[in-house]
Amino acid sequence: MSYASSVLRLARIPVLVACLGLLLAGCGVNNIPSYDEAAKAKWSDVLNQYQRRADLIPNLVETVKGYAAQERQVLEEVTNARARATQVQVQIPPDIVNNPEAFKRFQEAQAQLTGALGRLLAVSERYPDLKSNQNFLALQSQLEGTENRIAVARRDYIEAVRQYNTELRTFPGIIWASTLYKNNKPMETFTVAEDVKTPPQVKF
Amino acid sequence: MAPQAGGGEMRGRHTAFYREHGVLRLSANLAAVAAATLLALLLLVPALALDFPVLTGRVVDDAGILDAGTRAALTQKLAEFEAKTSDQLVVVTLKSLQGTSVEDFGVELGRHWQIGQKGKNNGVLLIVAPNERKVRIEVGYGLEGALTDAVSRLIIENAITPRFRAGDFPGGITRGVDDIISVLTGDAAEWQQRAAKRPEPTTRWDSLLVMVLVVVVFGFVFLTLVGTIPRNRGRGRSRDGWSSGWSSGSGSDWSSGSSGGFSDGGGFSGGGGSFGGGGSSGSW
Repeated sequence: MSYASSVLRLARIPVLVACLGLLLAGCGVNNIPSYDEAAKAKWSDVLNQYQRRADLIPNLVETVKGYAAQERQVLEEVTNARARATQVQVQIPPDIVNNPEAFKRFQEAQAQLTGALGRLLAVSERYPDLKSNQNFLALQSQLEGTENRIAVARRDYIEAVRQYNTELRTFPGIIWASTLYKNNKPMETFTVAEDVKTPPQVKF
Repeated sequence: MAPQAGGGEMRGRHTAFYREHGVLRLSANLAAVAAATLLALLLLVPALALDFPVLTGRVVDDAGILDAGTRAALTQKLAEFEAKTSDQLVVVTLKSLQGTSVEDFGVELGRHWQIGQKGKNNGVLLIVAPNERKVRIEVGYGLEGALTDAVSRLIIENAITPRFRAGDFPGGITRGVDDIISVLTGDAAEWQQRAAKRPEPTTRWDSLLVMVLVVVVFGFVFLTLVGTIPRNRGRGRSRDGWSSGWSSGSGSDWSSGSSGGFSDGGGFSGGGGSFGGGGSSGSW
């Protein structure tokens, strides 16, 4: 009986520490950094897929030129839009997911490229030789696949950002956000529609 | 005698005080952990509006366009394919796309069923929606290099849709499956590499640590109870049952995360793979 009590007295501190550890683990002190990293990983996926699309375009432009060289305006539009998107991507600041301005610029550059590509493919419909060219068909299916992957990657990123931003704002995450993680800001999410319907006015 | 009795009484009061506060702290702990677990479980359940068919086997014929003979032959072929390369190929026919595109449905279904081995993501779904006249080959992350979008499109255009246009669903699906298998087994070095790598069992250190902490805490609680007078032992017994129920419940919670693979004995389940939107669609 006295043995138990003395053990108890000795054990008070470790038990308190263990209980505190359990409480913290239960309350999710690790959630904010975990969600932050998960959202950043999804963002890399998005960038990856956009890059994949940009890589397909030169081949596409060459193939179309072989059959429809007179469609110069549309071809130039695509080439310029791709150059612009690549330029924006190269100049991405490291904190883009927290930077509304940079994020918006990125979105707009990609949306312009999507619009230009759509117009190029629409124009290609008018050339039956082009439409039956095996290379063009392969490129078309690859582009469609990439656009689908972009859509999936965007959705995954939006969901990850939603989870992270929600954790920052709701209890108990808001406690950790204001004490341990003061530097964590909410992340940007996609706001611009995926393609721009009107041709771009800006010529650079 | 009197000082000892007084000392014993003082000690008794201290332990009673501690036990009371210990109970409060313990119940606060349990409430917090229970709430966190419940919240985590709720977050894990995705809020999808889509009604997915049940994964009853390698061929899920919801639309009823395949006869029993074709289903059996396909199941056999697909089981052999998985045994050989560890890739999971599932054929599913849908009654309806429920308003979404076949691409969206494909990704969501693949992720829901978790076709493909965890880590390798080597799953393929052949989706046929006869009412919307759409077909799609949905390719998992791991196979996008072998079964590219262009190749999937070729399979759809050359093997599947011509037969569908003629009304031959079993023929089209069988030919499509054959073509997919031949593409994925075409490069022997590649598929052997996929088959050879077995997923290592991962030890979840964080859950192990928490379990150890739980054992330590309850060990000390037990010690407290063991040394008490009968009056308090009764209270301890009820708490004993309550706490052991909690620890066994949360133990099963943690272990379910690491299992969930493909069982060889006739039951088929997804291996934990994921999809990223690769593959091609077609219509007829």
